[in-house]
Amino acid sequence: MDFDLKAALLLTFGQTMQMVISSLLAAIIIGGSIGLLLFLTSNTLFLKNRIINQIVGVIINITRSIPFLILLVLMIPVSKAIVHTSIGPNAVVIPLAVAAIAFFGRLSEASFSDVDNGVLEAAIASGASKLSIVLKILLPESLPSLIKNITVTAVSLIGFSAMAGTVGGGGIGDLAIRYGYQRYEPEVMLICVIVLVLLVQIFQIIGDSSAKQLDKSSK
Amino acid sequence: MIEFKNVSVSFKQDKQIFEAVNDANFKIEKGEIFGIAGSSGAGKSTLLRTINLLQSVSSGEILVDGENVTNYQRTQLRILRRNIGMIFQHFNLARNLTVYQNIAFVLKAAGKSKVETEIRVNELLDLVNLSDKSNSYPANLSGGEKQRVAIARALANDAKILLCDEPTSALDLETTSSILSLLKDLNKKFGITIVIITHELDVIKSICTRCAVMNKGSVVEIGDVYAVFTKPREEFTRQLLSHTNHFNLPEEIIRKMQGPIIRLTFKGDNANNPILSYAANTFQIGFNILLGKIEYINGLPLGILYVELIGEADTIKLAIEYLAANTADLEVINHGL
Repeated sequence: MDFDLKAALLLTFGQTMQMVISSLLAAIIIGGSIGLLLFLTSNTLFLKNRIINQIVGVIINITRSIPFLILLVLMIPVSKAIVHTSIGPNAVVIPLAVAAIAFFGRLSEASFSDVDNGVLEAAIASGASKLSIVLKILLPESLPSLIKNITVTAVSLIGFSAMAGTVGGGGIGDLAIRYGYQRYEPEVMLICVIVLVLLVQIFQIIGDSSAKQLDKSSK
Repeated sequence: MIEFKNVSVSFKQDKQIFEAVNDANFKIEKGEIFGIAGSSGAGKSTLLRTINLLQSVSSGEILVDGENVTNYQRTQLRILRRNIGMIFQHFNLARNLTVYQNIAFVLKAAGKSKVETEIRVNELLDLVNLSDKSNSYPANLSGGEKQRVAIARALANDAKILLCDEPTSALDLETTSSILSLLKDLNKKFGITIVIITHELDVIKSICTRCAVMNKGSVVEIGDVYAVFTKPREEFTRQLLSHTNHFNLPEEIIRKMQGPIIRLTFKGDNANNPILSYAANTFQIGFNILLGKIEYINGLPLGILYVELIGEADTIKLAIEYLAANTADLEVINHGL
């Protein structure tokens, strides 16, 4: 082998983590807020507003219906404007974040909607402010489900980040394509796949166990 | 005191207007336990929810302690709701919060300090007999315990009114009676006005002082529980009662008996007098008791007795006249041979 596999793996693993973690954080903060907005504007107990709900819903749907590969290309000018480059992990974080925000926006909306409406009604009836109900009832009640959906988002992001390699994003997927596929080095491909599988497993295990820890709804 | 003035609530459903509550007009006095009965879909729950404005009214006014609260908003509304506790059929406790946290939430939301909250939560847990469950999650409590926590939560901010939406409909009989006696105690101890809606007439019989009967959005009858249950004025009330008062003589017995069968109803004071044996002595007739019961409605006795009378036709006639005059109600079920 004419290249240092270990060094390449470490570098690309770092790139993958950088892409996944930063776009995941964007998804949790921005996507979660959008999900909350969608929920609050759909529920009569809070701020029911059909117009806002539908506008935001349509934007999310359009974003989600664009195939990720096309989103990658579409976002090149945006990446250039924000991070001043169109290649490398920093650049692909932008399309990854956009896709993840839309994805997690819908999933978190579902998590909020799954909270028993009666529990929220009881809190409204107690005279608590809507803000304190969101922070102290809605969030803890939906947290286990939110964490499961964060896990789903993270796992999808690992897949998307591998795809991002094809437009010069770097990361383990990129390594697998360039060395494993294009130079035909099956062992590199195998190692890359194993690393990705392990990464997904670790995310899943952490997500499942913390969701279980936080869920007190069954004995 | 809660007063409904021409309260109507209507919903738009598939372009049709559905009247959930139609022109409700009545008062609930301070410190009473008031029941609202009716079959499901009668509008009881909608009417109850107008009191704390969980349901806005289409027209009319709601007065709480003489003040028109119908258009309360924001801070004013939140303060009103702190003074009106509410409990639900399915308890509605936050599942990921402990018993303590569930109650503490409404205190903190009302601006109480950490210390005040802790003292009050412990006081409330003591009141509902759940001091040892402070750190349990709702999933580990029985139905009755969950409802007790819900009651503690509802009263946390010293509520003067407690709204109960089918509070015992998800509970078994034994738990039902323990929750009802807790409600009764709270009413006596703190003078809390309690409004209960339920389809279980036994709940109304056992703790309410007055009640309203609703049918298809309208309040059809209102009065003292004893009067409504023993002498319903409206046909709908009679039908509603007949579904629950399964106290009829089996057909087989009616066919078998020779003499006339009468159904006597005793109310209040006369439920305790030996009228029947007096009639038997005076008119020289025999009697055969077929079926009987005494129940207490709002603390007053109601007795029902099925008797076969044995004797000469003319003395039986006199005995029936005497009994009719001395009991609340007499109905001849079967004239005999």
